[in-house]
Amino acid sequence: MDHISCDVLIIGSGLAGLRAAAAAAESGGRLDICVVTKVSGPRSHSISAEGGMAGVLYPDSGDSPELHAYDTVKGGDFLVDQDAAMVLAEEAPREIAYLEKIGVAWTRTPDGRIAQRLFGGMSRPRTAFAKDKTGLYIMSAIYRHVKKLPVEFYEEHMVTRLVVKNKRFLGAVALDLRRGEARLFKAKAGVVATGGGGRMFKFTTMGYANTGEMLGFALRSGLALKDMEFVQWHPTALVPSGILVSEAARGEGGYLVNKQGERFMKRYAPQKMELAPRDIVSRAIASECEAGRGFIHEESGMCYVGLDLRHIDRERLKERLPLLLEVARTYAGLDPSEDLIPVAPAVHYFMGGIHVDTYGRVLAPDGSWVRGLWAAGEAAAVSVHGANRLGSNSLSECSVWGRLTGEAAAKYAMEAPTPSTDERYIEAAQGEESRIFDKLLHKETGGISVYELKGRLQDAMEQHFGPFRQGSTMKEGIPKLLKIREDFANVRVEDGGRVYNQNLKDALELDGMIDAALAVAYGALARQESRGAHYRLDYPRRDDENWLKHTVAFFNGGQIQLSYIPVRITKWTKFEERKY
Amino acid sequence: MPALTVKVKRFDGKKSWWQEYKVDIKSRKISVLDVLVRIKEEQDPTLAVRYSCRMAICGSCGMVINGVPRLACQTLLAEIKDDTITVEPMWNHRVIKDLVVDTEPNFEKLRKVKPYTIRDLKEIYESDREIGQKPEELEKYYNFAYCIECGLCMAACPVVATNPRFLGPMALAAAYRWSADSRDQGWPVRAKIVDTEEGVWSCHLAYTCSAVCPRGVDPGFAIQLVKAALMRRAKKL
Repeated sequence: MDHISCDVLIIGSGLAGLRAAAAAAESGGRLDICVVTKVSGPRSHSISAEGGMAGVLYPDSGDSPELHAYDTVKGGDFLVDQDAAMVLAEEAPREIAYLEKIGVAWTRTPDGRIAQRLFGGMSRPRTAFAKDKTGLYIMSAIYRHVKKLPVEFYEEHMVTRLVVKNKRFLGAVALDLRRGEARLFKAKAGVVATGGGGRMFKFTTMGYANTGEMLGFALRSGLALKDMEFVQWHPTALVPSGILVSEAARGEGGYLVNKQGERFMKRYAPQKMELAPRDIVSRAIASECEAGRGFIHEESGMCYVGLDLRHIDRERLKERLPLLLEVARTYAGLDPSEDLIPVAPAVHYFMGGIHVDTYGRVLAPDGSWVRGLWAAGEAAAVSVHGANRLGSNSLSECSVWGRLTGEAAAKYAMEAPTPSTDERYIEAAQGEESRIFDKLLHKETGGISVYELKGRLQDAMEQHFGPFRQGSTMKEGIPKLLKIREDFANVRVEDGGRVYNQNLKDALELDGMIDAALAVAYGALARQESRGAHYRLDYPRRDDENWLKHTVAFFNGGQIQLSYIPVRITKWTKFEERKY
Repeated sequence: MPALTVKVKRFDGKKSWWQEYKVDIKSRKISVLDVLVRIKEEQDPTLAVRYSCRMAICGSCGMVINGVPRLACQTLLAEIKDDTITVEPMWNHRVIKDLVVDTEPNFEKLRKVKPYTIRDLKEIYESDREIGQKPEELEKYYNFAYCIECGLCMAACPVVATNPRFLGPMALAAAYRWSADSRDQGWPVRAKIVDTEEGVWSCHLAYTCSAVCPRGVDPGFAIQLVKAALMRRAKKL
């Protein structure tokens, strides 16, 4: 097996990973920086981000970082670590400016400043954007920027195991898809930036690559996951594909209407209406459907509501929402100037992720630092989003913590001694190679198809851990997940080849996804309250007395165990009921 | 609905062959990618296809569909009247497996034209202030910045097919995009790179690149703009 030595190993190449790579390379430390990523080129899901990136650029407009942080804390239903929200609000403007200088095509005001628009739950227009393709313009600029820096890319390399021993990060084993070989990456420091796991659900805005297996692999390496029960449903995904219809459509003045043509948000958020936070709007849509006031999609049978943009000037739509016009035309055959767009809530973002502190340092289940390891972006739970993320805060999060973790990892690597080539590596690497190629690849035929099992996982998650949860339903869901876990041992990989074996990759992804899904399930069942995106019919109220705390999930003897840690409250101590 | 016949040109690292699949479809409002994913998941998990976002923005699923280089996720069955679809890997690219090709050479060519902001690095790293850009300055390069690096233009270009040294539409459009950006000062550097045999002068104006671009970037036009600037000896684009 190849052994590759890196000073800093970055896993994942979305915005967080690339920003970390840029920060590490720009640290001036002449380090060997490796980016290991399962995608090729700038094709990570960050590229699909649409609406924009939040940050207070022009405080003279009456906005301030404190206000941004407070909106974030309130939007997150007070489960936000308040010091993290301040870091986000204070650092985001600098990141938007950095991205401007490396060539992002931000939409502008006539005087040449960066234009900003209103987003749900934000009390001021502070979302910078590049029409409604913000992610694409950011990714195409930063990918090319990082490619000119001294950074080594290992593309279409899927990490299957993090090597962590005695709370110290040592590296990772990855499957090189193109050559069909396992490779060992030894590293002094690492940053995990592998994104979310939307594909464990059936209806999601996330791309096929967002399987979240690293979250499961993190558990196996003795790391912890935080707040996994908080899964965000984006209110407006196109029916039936799940393609995202940006919140910017409502930011630019779009309405949501039910079958009776009524702007139903007046019942759920009379002041903010369509621009209430995502959890509230998603539940409002689901409630309209339950009450029989939704439309029914003919082919899929899905219930939806209409996104109405017919009153918005056509030129403005073209200028500000061109992707939406295109997506509606291509995938639904509709013209938003004449037709309602069929939308329904879909899984969009994981507030939870790898347990880290405010600076992105990965923490073990007992709260001590796993030396040499950081995590950033959606894969990490800095707890900046709490129980519900505000739209346009995720690009900011990726860029801010990408930079912070990249800088910190580089600094650590400069001071760290060269890791010894001890047996722990060889053991881990050989074990992994045999697991992938001897056990999984050479499975006898007759087992269960990877895709059938994945379908069962998606059905179970959708059915038992959706936007409306209930103890009894969730209790029925957990045995299903455990059975899926058990059946994975009989999964069959039909492709026996080595080169670009996607069937093998899909099996490895599913393996990690199942464990990540279990963390969502156990966390959700245990949390007996409703907060942000986690809504329980049997406990419909927020319960600050018992549940103003983060869930920490970890493996103990192969079983998920939960513990709880306090929310860091540094600034705002009045937890009002969220009314919008 | 009658069954759809999908003919896929396959490759396993050694040999190449055509394979036929039959797929039952309920509606034609699904994409060729949806069909290929169904084949993978329900019939033949050995089929290799690169795909991710399924909304025509990540640039993964370029392939040749019924003789035209296209994104599979952007091609709906409704547009293809026929009940037979032929799918083959992108032309002008080395095939890794089935529909998965090596796009590294495209990226290599892209790197040659320095696709990033060229300007005093101090301004980038040592100041938190934005540079600024008027909407009319943005407009000048905006459409060319919409490239998703899918490689379809490279697959369609007849010059790329015969001259592997030709930088090709993807890189040359990028040379224009970055040089036309008011924040950039790199035109003199890039002009030397594209004012060559391998650069813009090999373009024969076939415009197949622009015809197949899934994002309407119009690389053919970008190449002509570069040529015009070189003829004028322009100091700045």
